[in-house]
Amino acid sequence: MRNARLAVLAALLAALAAGAPVAAGQTAAAAMPDRSKAPEPGPPAPLRLPSPQKLRLANGVPVFLIERHKVPLVQTIVVLRGGASADPAERPGLASFTASLLERGAGSRSALEISDLADFLGAQVDAHAGWDATTVGVNVPAARLESGLGLLADLVLHPTFPAAEIERVRAELLTELLQRRDDPEEIAAVAFDRAVFGKHPYGRSIEGDEASARAVTREDVVRFHGTRYVPTVAALVIVGDVTPSVLSPLLERSFGPWAAAAGITPPAVVPPAPQITARRVYLIDKPDSAQSQIWIGRVGPPRSTSDYFPLTVANTILGGSFTSRLNHNLRETKGYTYGAFSYFDFRLSTGPFLAAAGVQTDKTGPALVEFFKELEGIRAPVPPDELRRARNYTARRFPAGFETDAQVAGKIRDQFLYGLPDDFFNGYLSRIEAVTAEDVRRVARKGINPAACAVVIVGDRQKIESQVRALNLGPITLQSIDDVLGPADGTPVAKP
Amino acid sequence: MHLPTLSTGVLALLLASAAASGQTAPAASPASPAGPASCPRIDIPYTQFRLPNGLTVILHEDHTVPIVAVDVWYHVGSAREKPGRTGFAHLFEHILFEGSKHVKTGEFDTLLEAAGGTNNGSTNTDRTNYYEVVPSNALPLALFLESDRMAYLLDVMSAARVDQQRDVVKNERRQRIENQPYGIAVLKLPELLFPAGHPYSWSVIGSMEDLSAATHQDVEDFFKRWYGPENASLVIAGDFDSRAARALVEKWFADVPRGKTPPEPFFAPPARVAGEKRVTVEDKVQLPRLYMAWLTPAHFLPGDDALDILSSVLASGKNSRLYKRLVYDLQIAQDVSATQDSRALGSIFTVTVTAREGHNLSEIERVVQEELDRVKAEPPSQREVERALNQYEADVYRSVEQALGKAELLNAYDFAAGRPDYLNEDLWRHRALDPKDVQSVAGRELPDDARVVLSVVPAGKTELGASVRPAGKGGPR
Repeated sequence: MRNARLAVLAALLAALAAGAPVAAGQTAAAAMPDRSKAPEPGPPAPLRLPSPQKLRLANGVPVFLIERHKVPLVQTIVVLRGGASADPAERPGLASFTASLLERGAGSRSALEISDLADFLGAQVDAHAGWDATTVGVNVPAARLESGLGLLADLVLHPTFPAAEIERVRAELLTELLQRRDDPEEIAAVAFDRAVFGKHPYGRSIEGDEASARAVTREDVVRFHGTRYVPTVAALVIVGDVTPSVLSPLLERSFGPWAAAAGITPPAVVPPAPQITARRVYLIDKPDSAQSQIWIGRVGPPRSTSDYFPLTVANTILGGSFTSRLNHNLRETKGYTYGAFSYFDFRLSTGPFLAAAGVQTDKTGPALVEFFKELEGIRAPVPPDELRRARNYTARRFPAGFETDAQVAGKIRDQFLYGLPDDFFNGYLSRIEAVTAEDVRRVARKGINPAACAVVIVGDRQKIESQVRALNLGPITLQSIDDVLGPADGTPVAKP
Repeated sequence: MHLPTLSTGVLALLLASAAASGQTAPAASPASPAGPASCPRIDIPYTQFRLPNGLTVILHEDHTVPIVAVDVWYHVGSAREKPGRTGFAHLFEHILFEGSKHVKTGEFDTLLEAAGGTNNGSTNTDRTNYYEVVPSNALPLALFLESDRMAYLLDVMSAARVDQQRDVVKNERRQRIENQPYGIAVLKLPELLFPAGHPYSWSVIGSMEDLSAATHQDVEDFFKRWYGPENASLVIAGDFDSRAARALVEKWFADVPRGKTPPEPFFAPPARVAGEKRVTVEDKVQLPRLYMAWLTPAHFLPGDDALDILSSVLASGKNSRLYKRLVYDLQIAQDVSATQDSRALGSIFTVTVTAREGHNLSEIERVVQEELDRVKAEPPSQREVERALNQYEADVYRSVEQALGKAELLNAYDFAAGRPDYLNEDLWRHRALDPKDVQSVAGRELPDDARVVLSVVPAGKTELGASVRPAGKGGPR
């Protein structure tokens, strides 16, 4: 594959059979095309996204509905404000652990019965915690919507948290945490969050760590569910082949009984993280690595920043597209990597800015030089052509993100979660196209500071340490995988 | 609007299934009668024609979102590579993005991005695809780019271009194989399953040595041999008018010359695994993983469809045979999967299981063998098969939500079955299966004495592998 990050159809159709005859008439020869100039696209078609119909259940839960009668599917989502940001300090991973348990027993059904039902319906169930919310979704054929919504309501309202299932999920999680050691990207991710955020909640993993995975109790989970899965922090998003007249009674039946316990308030947004003030390198030894993972970054702005659009365009130029400076330089010009990229991870509070790549081991030093060249370069004025291309790319590909029911539901979910205005999507193109070179320069100078950032490198220390030291990037902290992930203590994770 | 719709048949079927789903115990639901009468139908209306130079063109309109997917398949993959040039078809795929006579180096991407488009490509054993997803106003641009590289790639080819993408592809290999936990299995399985010299006996990514050896001349030869329009098909799916699009296609592909030699038929002598091959390899991993793999009937040959359903019965969902035993009940495994990888010259059925800490692969294999023996001895329940079929069908719906997904389906079915809309027959042939078909395919196609048992174990811990067949149940039969 040419670019893994852009691939959208991973293994849709693996491999198929021999050359086949083509039925068809022949067509007359046409005039030769003029190839002296690439055809210039005409004006873009206006994007008119349907605004969600806003309903409200009797218990106050808002419902956002978008009807799309293209494919006989419906995507249903419950979004609950909170997520991993609301984890108690001594129980990182609790939101994620709780979400994993929803499918392990709910209403009158056991874990196996839930799985049997979902498979039988042809449904896809997804329950997971992000930083800002827990999202529980059921994607179901339209003819089986009633059963799908019943299941969704059971998962959110009536999980039973059976003790045996808690042990199963605990063992599965401990094994996943153990397997992180195998994957340089996962090691880099944990080390990067800690390097950038320290003791701030964003310095933890959404999945938590081994200590919390061992310590978490059923009582923790039941309390978390009782205080965080409440209608006052929830919204329902429904997208697909359904009408309000069919949907409303089904929703009232399944979610109507959901009542809030008294005195529960939505979780507070975590405070902003302190910014990094100097450059520091963290070199994590993973012997015999064919590549080094390089992750460079710092604390970024929250989703609510007024600079959202200029930052998005600035990032498209730096590392947010195939022709971006980082990818063009490190992949297309130098051939050091299969792909280099950057992004601002916009959250309710201050998520990270990250620039990263996996680079061949013997080019770790030269790759770092190019990274810093580009991080410095984006702070200088951007040429008009490059700006125009980045604006066009960002704005005009936007409609392609509204094809599937799940994609649309995700956008509506974000609109609810981040309080985006009603005209946010239909106004997106013009907001991006209004970004100026001066805007880009201003936000890049503010948001991207190569002199004050964390530089995390996971690779074969024996082969790369001297390359890294020679660059004098700043103080170097040498770490082992155990330093990052804790010692693998060998305690069996499951005692069946 | 031309949108996939359902016949009344499916609605009846779906409603009947929804009613049955109220039962929570895994009781059998009434068997659905076989055949098209009760089967779903997904319409993806299309027009198909062939240009004088041999290019097959398929158009499908979908005006939901103002975008267009342009999807070109060249009917060549890694199976057509020459000895000593493994990985070349994929390296070639990369080179095709580097420009052609009227598209300067880098412009393929800059022009598309300036229009708001994205692009990519992929290579497997049988075919190579290239696609763009663009706003509907940029369809002419995408056709200009695809036609220019189909007609004029070699005008600007140079050794430097090959070198540049060679470095990128080597880094793709490092990232996706060498630095990837268990990545070594991707290299090992083909060489263990197929006899030396068989076109499927090497991996698509190829060896570093062969990638180093590829030359500018290889690019010329490969292009002339395989990249003529008569060996390609172009699907356009999305928001456009078919008449206007046809005129655009006729214009932009008019100067693409027909290839010099007609493509050879795609053929290989039937392969068989000679006995049971047991191999243990070490990797930088914490936990051992077992791969059991068989050579199975090619795409659309008898048994291919039943193996799809068998894979689901074995490893999809918590009630599947292997998940329930290994992960849920015994808790000696972290994950299981089973796949029927359907291919033109012969398919591969693979069962993959990762052990939990403290458990070895002989222990895992013993249970897998018990479950294989069980499904060979008695048919699965009606409910198990129905569950698998319902998932299969819902996954088809999900695959037609996007313009590119539909373009890929049209190309894939035209390539494999000779009809872009073979999707429905494919659904029906699966719907027509019953539990006995699943039982008999397991007995017929998954023999104990012709398979590969590959153990990937943590470095220095070869004793965790399944190097000998476990004693007791599951011995030679």
